[in-house]
Amino acid sequence: MQGITQKYNAIAIGTSAGGLFALSGILDELPAGYPIPIMVVQHRSKDQKDLLEEVLQNKCKIRIKQADEKETIKGGFVYVAPPDYHLLVEADKTFSLSSDEAVRFSRPSIDVLFETAAIVYKDTLAGIILTGASSDGAAGITVIKEYGGLTIAQDPAEAQFPFMPESSIQTKAVQHIWTLSEIKKFLSEISNI
Amino acid sequence: MNFDNKELKDLLESVRFVYGYDFTDYAEASVKRRIDHFMNTRKITALEKLGKMILHDEKLFEEFIQEVSVTVTEMFRDPVFYKSIRENVLKRLATYPFIKIWIAGCATGEEIYSIAILLQEEGLLNRSVIYATDINQKSLQIAKDGVYPVENMKAYTANYQKAHGKKSFSEYYKAKYNSVMFDKSLKQNIVFAAHNLAVDKSFNEFQLIICRNVLIYFNQKLQNKVINLFYESLCPFGFLGLGNKESLLFTDRKKYFEEIDRKEKIFMKK
Repeated sequence: MQGITQKYNAIAIGTSAGGLFALSGILDELPAGYPIPIMVVQHRSKDQKDLLEEVLQNKCKIRIKQADEKETIKGGFVYVAPPDYHLLVEADKTFSLSSDEAVRFSRPSIDVLFETAAIVYKDTLAGIILTGASSDGAAGITVIKEYGGLTIAQDPAEAQFPFMPESSIQTKAVQHIWTLSEIKKFLSEISNI
Repeated sequence: MNFDNKELKDLLESVRFVYGYDFTDYAEASVKRRIDHFMNTRKITALEKLGKMILHDEKLFEEFIQEVSVTVTEMFRDPVFYKSIRENVLKRLATYPFIKIWIAGCATGEEIYSIAILLQEEGLLNRSVIYATDINQKSLQIAKDGVYPVENMKAYTANYQKAHGKKSFSEYYKAKYNSVMFDKSLKQNIVFAAHNLAVDKSFNEFQLIICRNVLIYFNQKLQNKVINLFYESLCPFGFLGLGNKESLLFTDRKKYFEEIDRKEKIFMKK
């Protein structure tokens, strides 16, 4: 992991089945004042309301918050896409939500967040695909790469559901295949740049 | 999706000028995605080319409008909202001799029939008129027909039950082949009309306005304008129902509404 000198202004994470465990595994020790905004799409049931945020908050020091529409994206927060809405990043670094069709059977969709975040944050965006049983995120990670961002997938050998990271890796757009503990180390190191 | 922002603005400006549809104050990320999708499916490679094509081809423009104006909806979406409308709003509207309701941005009509069912179960349908409007003519036609795919009924039935529906949901429609048609009695007092929230004015006074998951597609300026339009279109103590993730937070009319159900985003004009 040496040699990372790029400054990152945003981190986007996508995950599905097994995601809660993986997310808490990489986010639990981040300090409350972690400077880089983190945006998460975790596939979730539309009836779930804010259970995911509550469970994650119990394990983390950094503030976990369901993203609101028009909210300004700031450091110190992990923003989670609400159930039954896509989460999009606008040019002025605010969120918008949409009720558009499900993408790859998912709403929220990882592709939608990754694509819109890539356009805005370009080479200062790091995109991370974790465990999951869907191919959502593979198109998005390709767009992050096209815009010069950094692309990471959880090591499928370690992932509870390897299909999602494998689908992303197959696009050849993934630059690093890391374990959760390596991803955790990366998140900690880039906050000091 | 690598659009030049100026080219996108030019395109939306000329659409506004030529056809009167104003997308210039829509939240950009979603509009971009939909235009991109439209271009991909028709193998149009440049935004400039798309502009020339739709300005000279009205039929293609209609297809463009279908794509850009979002039409995804379902019956009794967010069942708790409908339960709250029944318990907190319809009970109060029952005191009026005549009830006028505006469903703004009704898309393909699933919300209209959901509300009509509630009104019927509360014995109010006969003295209600529902004005159902949308920007998208094709969606309005589907709404008028009231014919939907049979495979959606399972999810809608579950929603209806969670919304504390009083009957068996299948009593409201007849199935034929792969479609269902909603009962004519539900349609008796619905007025369908094209209305464009971005440019058109108020056209009546209502006791209840429902506009769900429409404002999220607008920027703050347009959101504010539309909330003002709703304010002007409501009678005193009239109700406004928004989508689960929408709020009055960024509008200057915030203080002129009272929260009736904070979670379900139901407000009353003070």
